[in-house]
Amino acid sequence: MAADIESEVETIVSVEKLHKSFGKAVAIDEISFQIKRGEVVGLLGANGAGKSTTIQILLGLIAQTSGKVSIFGMDPWKKRVAVLQRCNFSSAYVALPYNLKVIENLDVFAQLYGVSNRKKKIEELLQLFEVDHLAQKMTGGLSSGESTRVNLCKALLNDPEFLLLDEPTASLDPDIADKVRKLLAQVQAERHMTVLYTSHNMRDVQELCQRVLFLHQGKIIAEGSSEAILSHFGQETLEEVFIAIARNQVTTSLLSGEHN
Amino acid sequence: MILVRPDRVMGLCNRYFYIYTRSGFRLLDVIFWPVMDLVVWGLIAKYFMRLNSDNPTAVSFLLGAIIFFNILNRAQQSISVSFLEDLWSRNLLNAFVAPITVAEFVASTFVVGLTQIFAVSLIMSVLAFCLYTFNILAISFALIPLFLNLLFMGWSVGMFTTALIFRFGHQAEALAWAVPFLIQPVSAVFYPVSVLPDWLQPVAYMVPATYVFEGMRAVLSGNVEIASYLLKAAGLNIFYFIAISIFFGAMLNSARERGALAKLVL
Ligand SMILES: Nc1ncnc2c1ncn2[C@@H]1O[C@H](COP(=O)(O)OP(=O)(O)O)[C@@H](O)[C@H]1O
Ligand SMILES: [Mg+2]
Repeated sequence: MAADIESEVETIVSVEKLHKSFGKAVAIDEISFQIKRGEVVGLLGANGAGKSTTIQILLGLIAQTSGKVSIFGMDPWKKRVAVLQRCNFSSAYVALPYNLKVIENLDVFAQLYGVSNRKKKIEELLQLFEVDHLAQKMTGGLSSGESTRVNLCKALLNDPEFLLLDEPTASLDPDIADKVRKLLAQVQAERHMTVLYTSHNMRDVQELCQRVLFLHQGKIIAEGSSEAILSHFGQETLEEVFIAIARNQVTTSLLSGEHN
Repeated sequence: MILVRPDRVMGLCNRYFYIYTRSGFRLLDVIFWPVMDLVVWGLIAKYFMRLNSDNPTAVSFLLGAIIFFNILNRAQQSISVSFLEDLWSRNLLNAFVAPITVAEFVASTFVVGLTQIFAVSLIMSVLAFCLYTFNILAISFALIPLFLNLLFMGWSVGMFTTALIFRFGHQAEALAWAVPFLIQPVSAVFYPVSVLPDWLQPVAYMVPATYVFEGMRAVLSGNVEIASYLLKAAGLNIFYFIAISIFFGAMLNSARERGALAKLVL
């Protein structure tokens, strides 16, 4: 994308000098980034790097210590309902109530998001993720692969403009993870959806994300396309970059002037 | 901005509708315990009457107390237990990232709680009449304001316990069931305040339910003038509701600062 065009694309997410400490422990250390409409950005980092904290601040679930966050130009806590109406979220670590059928759960959330023509929407999504045969099953009885896909149906109910996914494929076997990635890529492309995707899985990020933010101990230590990051660290795969950083084998000084 | 949108409240209520229409055990849980209470206490009261038959109102006092206390208990559980259910089913984050306000969440638990309470109170009242010829309608028009005061107090207590769960997490779960029973001894449920030791009486007079139960006994003894009881209960209720709403907001903020909303889930 040429630089002059890029500046005209709407900024969906803007994070400035975001800082979060839990007591004395620093989880997020003054990070700044922006996400434009239609971009798929990966937040990559080891366990404890600060990925979930970042996502949860964006969703208004955690209050930052300092710094500014805006989504669609609004404060995600002060304008909580207006922002959340246009977003959605899923993670391997959340579940839908186990004591409802899949279709009932999706219907309840469709109501909460004010979806019109709920039945049709739910059917479409169940078919898209190839879980329509589970509609009448109890949610608590699903396998992790099934429930991940049902959760993604929930996450797409309101046609979110901005989708936040916190390690959505964490509990999946490689085959299903691959399937889910391809579906997500397809949906994203069709709807020109903006996505922030966290993962410690290189495959995920390399395949899906146009831009990667490499998070290490609460700091963004590298930012750019997968290729740019590989060449910066002089490694062959993101996996190697990841291991090198995790073991502190490379200097983790900030990458050039790519930040805005 | 409109704080409570009916369609979203309906969505939240639907969830309980699905659960209760399917799960016989859940329905049993709602109905079984209150009915057991009623039967057992009714029998105890009958027995006491046989021992000492010069006070026939004792039975009605006790049965009225059982039915009324159940209202309080249910109202508080409808809030705190709904919240716990989201917590247990790891749905809390889904709920918190849905575009619903806290007021809508609370409103839905009001609606569900009210429906439950209405049904159970009806069943209990009919049973009390059939088994013990206790007619709750003898309380006549005072029934409604007494009922509303209990409901209101139950909701406040429910918000209070939920706020404590925000603050203390899983270790505070037991409070969802315990709090009404912690308040019970100083709420004049089964006995008048005058029975309490002197130093406890001022505590009892700070509890809205105290005036409800005293009022109920006054009506059952043939005293129709209970406006002062009702006013005191309502005044205290409004005070506590405001105080607890503020406390609830503060605990929610504290949970956001400590990152506890997500941690409660994991
Ligand atoms: N609620 C919390 N209280 C205290 N520390 C927390 C809390 N949440 C996260 N942390 C800490 O903040 C850091 C970042 O955590 P997190 O964002 O969950 O990392 P990631 O998702 O990248 O694995 C970790 O050191 C973690 O222990
Ligand atoms: Mg995480």
